[in-house]
Amino acid sequence: MSLRGRLATALALFLAVVGLALWVVFGFITPTTPTTDFTSAQPAGSPVNLTIQAVGAIGFGPHPTWVSYLVKTPAGKWIQSTIWKLPAHTKVNLTIMQYDSGSPLRNQIWGQVAGTQGGTELLNGKPISFYNSYGGNGVGHTFAVPAIGLVVPLVGVPSSAPNICGTAPCTPNYAHNVIKVSFTTPSAGSYSWQCFVPCGLGTLYGNGGPMGALGYMGGFLDVTA
Amino acid sequence: MTDTSTREPRHFARMFVLWLVVAGVADALFYTLAGPHVPPGTMTTSAKDNQFDFNVLLVIALPVLIAVWIYMGYAIVMWRSTRKGVAEPVGGAVARGNKGVQFAWIASTSTIVMGLFVFGTVALINGAGSGGGEGPNPVWSPNSKAPLQVQVIGQQWKFTYRYPSFGGFETTQLILPNNTTIEFHVTSLDVTHDFWAYQLGVKADANPQLDNVAYTTTRETGSVTVRCDELCGIWHGAMYNYGRVISPAAFEAWATATQRASVANTKLLPPYALTYVPDANGADGGLYPTNVDPYSASEVYGAKVAAS
Repeated sequence: MSLRGRLATALALFLAVVGLALWVVFGFITPTTPTTDFTSAQPAGSPVNLTIQAVGAIGFGPHPTWVSYLVKTPAGKWIQSTIWKLPAHTKVNLTIMQYDSGSPLRNQIWGQVAGTQGGTELLNGKPISFYNSYGGNGVGHTFAVPAIGLVVPLVGVPSSAPNICGTAPCTPNYAHNVIKVSFTTPSAGSYSWQCFVPCGLGTLYGNGGPMGALGYMGGFLDVTA
Repeated sequence: MTDTSTREPRHFARMFVLWLVVAGVADALFYTLAGPHVPPGTMTTSAKDNQFDFNVLLVIALPVLIAVWIYMGYAIVMWRSTRKGVAEPVGGAVARGNKGVQFAWIASTSTIVMGLFVFGTVALINGAGSGGGEGPNPVWSPNSKAPLQVQVIGQQWKFTYRYPSFGGFETTQLILPNNTTIEFHVTSLDVTHDFWAYQLGVKADANPQLDNVAYTTTRETGSVTVRCDELCGIWHGAMYNYGRVISPAAFEAWATATQRASVANTKLLPPYALTYVPDANGADGGLYPTNVDPYSASEVYGAKVAAS
């Protein structure tokens, strides 16, 4: 091969390696979950109705056994998305369909409802201000936005229930709890939300896997002015 | 060899005078203008001590920096090769070094380093640890007879705070009374975190099953930023909160109200202790091969009753 040919081959290989590296890096650092826009779903100033569900196993994708949240889009379709675009200083009526079983909390403080309107949540229609995770069915997950002090414990369904949902999106035919809260979005900014129940099975302290991956048990409230 | 001593100006004398003037002015300007604004401020005794320590370090470092810059500038101007009358460096005895300069450099830098070692040690002792974590058995304690105990509990990815003198309630808010000595007890329920209350001048690692004690005394009201300063997982960057130092009366009212509001949940917490067993819940922390977890009381922070 001529010198020019060898140089061209070396350059092509170099560019291929650089391209692959960039693809891997950007694939790693950029969110893999879509953003769901709730800013234009209702007239300006009107409350936003946000409905999400927590499932024990997503049932599809690269990690079908991972626990996950899903969100109902303004068009009424359930999708795996944990970045939600919301208007600032707006009331959000949050409905959570909890399809997963529960356990005692590592720290019972996360059984205390906080940051919601009235300091309570409606658990299947009944208002509660805290939940004893050592009794009943325990707490499956929490929906928490630490920066605004929002903590919503999601009481688990009985693990012995015959109709536990195994593949998302789950429908109300499966065992579930309905949790409703209202809160007000803060000023514009990006606010991380997470679960405080270490539900990343098989990972260190239960906080790896789905607990550390966008699109599963954590995401952002992308609050816009 | 040509004797040039009669023609060479007194370079070092020139540089020394120049350095003395510039360093003196720079130090004075820095200490009076920038010094009062150097982090972490003056909200607590340890923050104020930290600020003073940083100012001392910078007041000493500035002359060293200026000496290097003046020497470099002087050399560039006076001994540049294009300057008329400057001989080409030829080596030989004069290029091998100057014992006087070498001795002065070693002596001055050694004096600075050893002096700062002594200064830092004295500051650490006099400042009752200077707001740093001193481990479970603090060597240096403040004189206050009744410090307010506040327990800091790190967990992925949030700090929570327990107030043992108010029934041991736990909250996500860090509220402190002014003009009060605070005794922080820092621990963790999972991995290693680091409690860094920036404006308080307090920084202590939160290790599982270890009680890390840090002291400070509040002296101004205001807002406090708390950040985790130990890379602790994916949401480490979101592990922060804002606290407040408020008047003692306002603190008493807040603590009493919070104690009352959280009394039901507080009953479910474990009795106040300096450390807790930071295992897991149903996710079982480490390996999860069997999907069986009895939720024994020793495994779960706060568990008083095993789950059925």
